[in-house]
This record gives sequence, structure tokens and C-alpha cells, in this order.
Amino acid sequence: MSRRALLGLLLPGYAFLYLPIALMVVFSFNDSKLVTAWSGFSVRWYIALWNNGPLMEATWLSLRIAALSATMATVLGTAAGFALAHGGPFRGRGAFAAVLSIPLVVPEVIFGLALLLLFVAGQALIGLPIERGFTTITLAHATFAFAYVAVLVQARLADAGTDLEEAAADLGAPPSVVFARITLPLMAPALVSGWLLAFTLSLDDLVVASFTGGPGATTLPMRLFSAARLGVTPEFYALATVVLAIVALALAGAWLARRVAVARESAVE
Amino acid sequence: MRRLIVTLPTSWMAVFLVLPLAIVLAVAFAEATASVPPFALGFNLGNFATLVADGFYLGTFARSFVVAGVSSALCLVIGYPMALAITRAPQAWRGAFLTLVILPFWTGFLLRLTAWIGLLREDGWINTVLGLFGLGPAEMMYTQGAMYVGIAYCYLPFMILPLYARLSARDVALEEAAADLGAGPWRVFWRITWPLSLPGVVAGSLLVFVPAMGEFVIPELLGGPAAETLGRVLWGEFFANRDWPMASALAVAMLLVLMLPVGIWQWKQGGER
Repeated sequence: MSRRALLGLLLPGYAFLYLPIALMVVFSFNDSKLVTAWSGFSVRWYIALWNNGPLMEATWLSLRIAALSATMATVLGTAAGFALAHGGPFRGRGAFAAVLSIPLVVPEVIFGLALLLLFVAGQALIGLPIERGFTTITLAHATFAFAYVAVLVQARLADAGTDLEEAAADLGAPPSVVFARITLPLMAPALVSGWLLAFTLSLDDLVVASFTGGPGATTLPMRLFSAARLGVTPEFYALATVVLAIVALALAGAWLARRVAVARESAVE
Repeated sequence: MRRLIVTLPTSWMAVFLVLPLAIVLAVAFAEATASVPPFALGFNLGNFATLVADGFYLGTFARSFVVAGVSSALCLVIGYPMALAITRAPQAWRGAFLTLVILPFWTGFLLRLTAWIGLLREDGWINTVLGLFGLGPAEMMYTQGAMYVGIAYCYLPFMILPLYARLSARDVALEEAAADLGAGPWRVFWRITWPLSLPGVVAGSLLVFVPAMGEFVIPELLGGPAAETLGRVLWGEFFANRDWPMASALAVAMLLVLMLPVGIWQWKQGGER
């Protein structure tokens, strides 16, 4: 395909994806109180964002939920992905895989409703001391994210095959050493991307958190949603720009780390 | 160790996936009451009778099907040329192009929607530009069109990634052979490329269709009152009406309707192997 045709196909799509984001970044530096009319450069919305107590509180809550639920999802998802890829045949493998795919195919309103009913039933029928809030949202997020982690780990292990593990076992390594020295390093990239995906999913979720949360726990998306219903303010765009900057920095860091690793590998060779 | 690796996720799934769905099924047959929690278990078919008899719910199902179908088609029309072009880009650029497709996904779903509110509002960016040419203002917020743009914007990566995976695995030699034998570019596309990419088209469409059926946030923020989708109705039954049994019955009906196409697809996939 010629370069012109290629650009002709790609440019409209990327313009659609990035034009709204570019406008957000530009207008986050707008001095005007009106969201869409430009009146001059200013960082006042970043200062307003920093001083917005409830929003900062919600952000902190969301970050803690995301970090904890992503860690739980990574542990569970690694076990599930390993069981599916290298666990050999076990009883109920088909049902295991089918149930694992529920969070991937069930709409989030249903998933949120189901988990809320579980927590309510646990409270009402068995008398479990379940306060709806941080804990219930974290459990819910860990549950839906772990299916995604499992998919990534399973794909990675299926790609890698079992040759290395078998060779290590043949050479006398006990199972714990095989796992620590062979399997874990093989899975590592999937664990990192799985944790990041789980973190993002949690940070982005409004629906499941609204169902499973309580009055005391307002996450960042819940706060943003109720604010967006009343009207968008330039603070939103300041927040979006900050998030974008963090993501861009993280991507650049990952790219650099890979460059360094590649350079080192070729130096060794 | 091996036993623990299977037992841990299995018990987690039993408690947090299977049990909750079983409770939803039980509550769907319950009776709504003014107690805490607001239902009394039983075997009450009234909720399902209402779902079938009340035109409002049937209409919502039909509308949500249309919304999900149109959304999938939109994502396909926008995403297919992009996925195809990325497979034909120089090898070194493909990773960057794919990252650029996924990058907006990390900026936060609600924040991206507020960008569209800024674009579509009556005093928004699009109307400002239209005004420069003496046109408008066009009424765009709270319309079906606004909702579709929002859904296409948020779900596009879910269409492009499976399409790309399928298209990048195809054998380009087939297309070259067809072209050598005298087929024009369109004929090559429709007779070779498109049929080879069909599994990717189906996978991507399902990844858009299923969540779009239950979508709540986008129709709520952009669609206006007429965009009454299943996700919004279920949300309303639960939060506004506090009718948990009705919300559960809706969830059960929705699952039955959704599992049908997904089940058929997986069964066909299994048959091909």
C-alpha cells in the first residue's frame, strides 16, 4: 500500500480518537469559566483541582481500591491462568473456563447487581458484618479483573510451552524451584500487564462501584459522574490532562526500559 | 501446591461469580416489599409476566438491540480500515499505531465523555466552529447521534484489536496471487481479505455488542431521555424505584437474550476446531 493511501485510511480514525483529547488538554489551560470559550492562558483550573477536597479524597480512595484489587486479581488470575495452561487436565476444567469468562461477557449492570445482592444476602441471612464501601468495592473489582489477568497469563504460558519446565524437572529441580526459577519469570510480563490492566479497570469503573459501594465510599468515577450530570467544568479537563501526562510518562518509561534491556542483550551477545 | 492453584480461583469463583448469579435468579422470583432488604423470597412469576406483557420492557429490549447493533456496525466501519491499514504499515510502526489505538483507554472513560460533552453542547466547540461560518447552532447533545458517537468512541479499541489480530495473521500471498490473476483491488478485498477476516469481525462485533446492550453511562450522559436502554432501565428499577426483584428479572432476561448469540458463536468455534 502506498504511503498516501495508508495515511488516508489511518488519519481520519486517529483524528476521531485524538481530537477530543487534544481539545481537553488545550482548554484545561483556559482562563475562562466557560468550558468552551477561549479567553487566555492560565493554570487556575489545576490549582482549583488541587484544592478540591472531595475530589482529591475520592481520587485517593480510588487509587487504594485499584492497587489492592489489582494485586488480588493478579494473584487469583495467575493461579487460574496457570491452572488452565499448565495445570494439566483436572475435573471440571470446562466449567472452570466457562465461569471464568463470566466477567468478560456479562454486562456490568448485571455484575454489579449480582455482587450487591451477594453482600446483602451475606449480611441479612448469615449475619456477616459487611459494611458496604471500601471492602465490598475492592472484592467486586478483584473478581471482575482477575478474569482478564487469567486470560493474559494463560496466553503467555500457552505461547511459552512446557519444554523449559520439563527440562528443569528432568535435571532434578524440585517443583518449587521450577516454579520460582522458570515459570514465574516466564509469566512476569503477563503479570505486569495484567496488574496494570486490573488497576485501570478498577480506576475506570462507575457501575459496579455504584452498586456495591455505600454512602461512605465515593470513588473518583462516582464523583465525576455526579459532577458531569450537573455540568462539565474546566477542572475535568485539568484532571484529564494530569492523567494523560502520567500515562504518557509511564509509557515513555516502559519504552526506555525496553531499549536499555535490548541494548544490554546485544552487548552480551 | 498444584491443588491449591486450582482450589483458590475455583472457590473464589464459586462465592463471587456463581453464587451471586444464583441469588439474582432467586430474587427475580421474589416479591418486592417495603422492608430491608426490599424483597421477600418466594416463587412469584409476576415480574416475568410484566416483562412480557408490558410494552415498555419489550420496547426497551428492542431498542437496546438496535443500539447495540448500530454501535457494532459503526465501530466496524471506523475500525476495519484502521486495522487493515495497520497490518500494511511498515513493521517498525505497527506497535506504535496499536498503542495509539489503546492509549485513550487509559485516560479515563468518564473524562473522555466530558470531552464529547464539550464538543456537542449548544455552546460547544463544534457549534463555535459552525458559528464562524454563520451556521448552527445545531442541537447535538441528548440525541441518539450523540449517544452513538460516545459509544463508538469508547468501544473502538475492542473492535480494532481482534480485527488486527485476525488480519495480521492472514497470508498476503493469497491477495497477491488474486491480483496477479487479474482481480481488481475491490474484488481482491471482497473475495479474499474480507472472508479471511470474518472471525475477527464476529469477535470484535460481540465485544462491542454485549457491553453496549447493558451500557448505562453513555446513554445517561449523552443520549437524553429517549435513549432508554436496558442498562438505564435496570439502574432505574434498582436505584430510583427500589424494585430489586424487577431489576433482577430484567438481569435474568437480559442474560438469556445475550447468552444466545455468544453461545451460538462459541459452539460454532468449537465445531471448527
